[in-house]
Amino acid sequence: MTHAIFQMVCFILFAVVAVGSALAVVSVKNTVHGVLALVLTFFSTACLWMLAEAEFLALALVVVYVGAVMVLFLFVVMMLDIDLEPMREGYIKYLPIGIGAAVIMLIEMLGIIGIKTFNVQAGPNPAGASNVEWLGQALFTHFLLPFEIAALILTVGLVAAVVLALRVRSFSKHQNPAAQSAVRAPGRVRMVKMAAVTPAAPEPKPAEEPQA
Amino acid sequence: MFSLNDLLVILPELYLTAAACLVLLFDVFLDDEHRDATHWVAIVVMLVAIFLVIRGQPPETVTAFGGMFVRDHMAEILKVTVLIATILMFVMARPWLKDRKLFIGEFYSLSIFSVLGVMFLVSAGSLVTVYLGLELFSLPAFALVALNRESKLSSEAAIKFFVLGALASGLLLFGMSLIYGATGTLDLHAIFAAIGTTQHLHLLQFGLVFLVVGIGFEFGAVPFHMWLPDVYEGAPTPIAMYISAVPKLAAIGLAYRLLETGLGPLAGDWRMMLAIMAALSLVVGNVVAIAQTNFKRMLAYSTISHMGFVFLALSNPTPEGYASALFYAVCFALMETVAFGVILALSRKGFDCDMIDDLKGLNQRSPWMAGMMAIAMFSLAGIPPLWGFAAKVLVLKAAIDGGMLWLAIVAIICAIIGLFYYLRVVKVMYFDAPAEDVELSPKPDIALRWLLSINALGLIAMIGFSGVFFTWCQHAFGV
Repeated sequence: MTHAIFQMVCFILFAVVAVGSALAVVSVKNTVHGVLALVLTFFSTACLWMLAEAEFLALALVVVYVGAVMVLFLFVVMMLDIDLEPMREGYIKYLPIGIGAAVIMLIEMLGIIGIKTFNVQAGPNPAGASNVEWLGQALFTHFLLPFEIAALILTVGLVAAVVLALRVRSFSKHQNPAAQSAVRAPGRVRMVKMAAVTPAAPEPKPAEEPQA
Repeated sequence: MFSLNDLLVILPELYLTAAACLVLLFDVFLDDEHRDATHWVAIVVMLVAIFLVIRGQPPETVTAFGGMFVRDHMAEILKVTVLIATILMFVMARPWLKDRKLFIGEFYSLSIFSVLGVMFLVSAGSLVTVYLGLELFSLPAFALVALNRESKLSSEAAIKFFVLGALASGLLLFGMSLIYGATGTLDLHAIFAAIGTTQHLHLLQFGLVFLVVGIGFEFGAVPFHMWLPDVYEGAPTPIAMYISAVPKLAAIGLAYRLLETGLGPLAGDWRMMLAIMAALSLVVGNVVAIAQTNFKRMLAYSTISHMGFVFLALSNPTPEGYASALFYAVCFALMETVAFGVILALSRKGFDCDMIDDLKGLNQRSPWMAGMMAIAMFSLAGIPPLWGFAAKVLVLKAAIDGGMLWLAIVAIICAIIGLFYYLRVVKVMYFDAPAEDVELSPKPDIALRWLLSINALGLIAMIGFSGVFFTWCQHAFGV
């Protein structure tokens, strides 16, 4: 019983932190603080997943999102120098309406579903298999087709990003490795025959008339 | 585990995946002068895909990968139409893209990837494949809208499309998660079976609302239509043509798979939602279209009203209703390609021919183009000897059979309002004097002219085959 209560307390704690930091992401003025709040959101979500016994997903979230993606975000945000003040005009003015609408929707949702409905039991855990094992099994057998489609989506994302972002600039200086490695001695070095001692410069002769 | 048989079932998709990658690679080795090769290769790729889809179609519905992928006749009709519409887009787009220095190989590979997404989506047998197919289809579409980086309007349209598309995906996913929570399965047939025994009916209905919102976004039905006019106006015209035709076909597949295959027992709940969306789309689409001066925006609002007609048919959840919706969507896609095709043929460098006034006096300058545009307009309006008429009749019949007489009456009134703006285009072309300083001559591209003519004349010829085609559509839904 105490275990269940402890779990419930942890859940509420993590959930409150996650929602609070998510709110901070969209409301703080400093973008760097916003990114840091997003890190906190991801971290609390990872904790929630840990509670749901989805260890692998929790670890992946921390390693991939907090570790890699968010660091990238921080770099980008620090490089940007945007003046966000004009975008915030009217924010306070509309805040009460927004909050009011959100609260009403929340009450409606809870009223319709009934909080008890959320107590859906998770499916039985396959005996003996660890989380990662189970995930691997599922991904490469039952979910093979979706897995491959997801790979296609990533390919498309890459192609689309290149199409949209790559600009061939005529003034940019860059290396051309293919041309560099294809170079041969005759292309680089020109042998010029010269006399060892320069004779006195002769008078420049006019070009010979072509023979008729 | 999967067997070799599974691979055979998804052969057209496998082939198209390989072909898309090959087109992408092939193009890298071409100079700008030889880029036409990519164009023709892409068209051949699509033709072979049509062949594979039709040739390998089993007489009975088959599934692969444990029910993740369903190959049935509905998917076949949708896939073939999508491939045809994309070929039309490729052929008609080439001169336009060349004029604007947008003729790049990625246009073709991204389009093929997008078509691949539609093919997975309409064949989906599980919530996961539905979602992934939708993403694979819309992600390249976002990029294609932003293809013209010089144009601010394009970028704006792409951002709007992207943000609203992401929002729609989010809503759809939220709905799916609620349905998964209530039924404990992702497989659509299993969801259908689980609805009878579930104790979480409220949760299920809640998820259903979100699914309907996601589907509404995909169709561009009111009140989820706001992105459509901006995207039509801002997107490069060939892409606008693609977005006007292909997503609607994909959305038919999406709606059928989610609402009928998955949530069929809840039809009593969702048919009323669709009926309300249909009525709103019909009224808003037709009334707002009257106020438009931009031809592409007018087509966007006309699209919204046509999606109202599709919902009209879907609000009758019987095989007849689905068959009429499928018929309507196919017919609509092939009408839009004509309307956009004429604009593409008349545009040239620095002139987009996208205002209604640009078409002034088209009949004096190019009677054939004016004639084709008139066919498209009359067909969209649903005037008798054209294919659009047959589609409208079937849809109205489906709605009346489904007991939605009030909706059918709304639809007829709105169709009559809609006549005004279609006929205005015809009036501008035939009775207005051409502007002195505007040169209106169709492009000398032979492939474009022929295909556009065949497409337009097809709208007349198809009225004769409406019965046959409707039988196919009914057959697809097991009548």
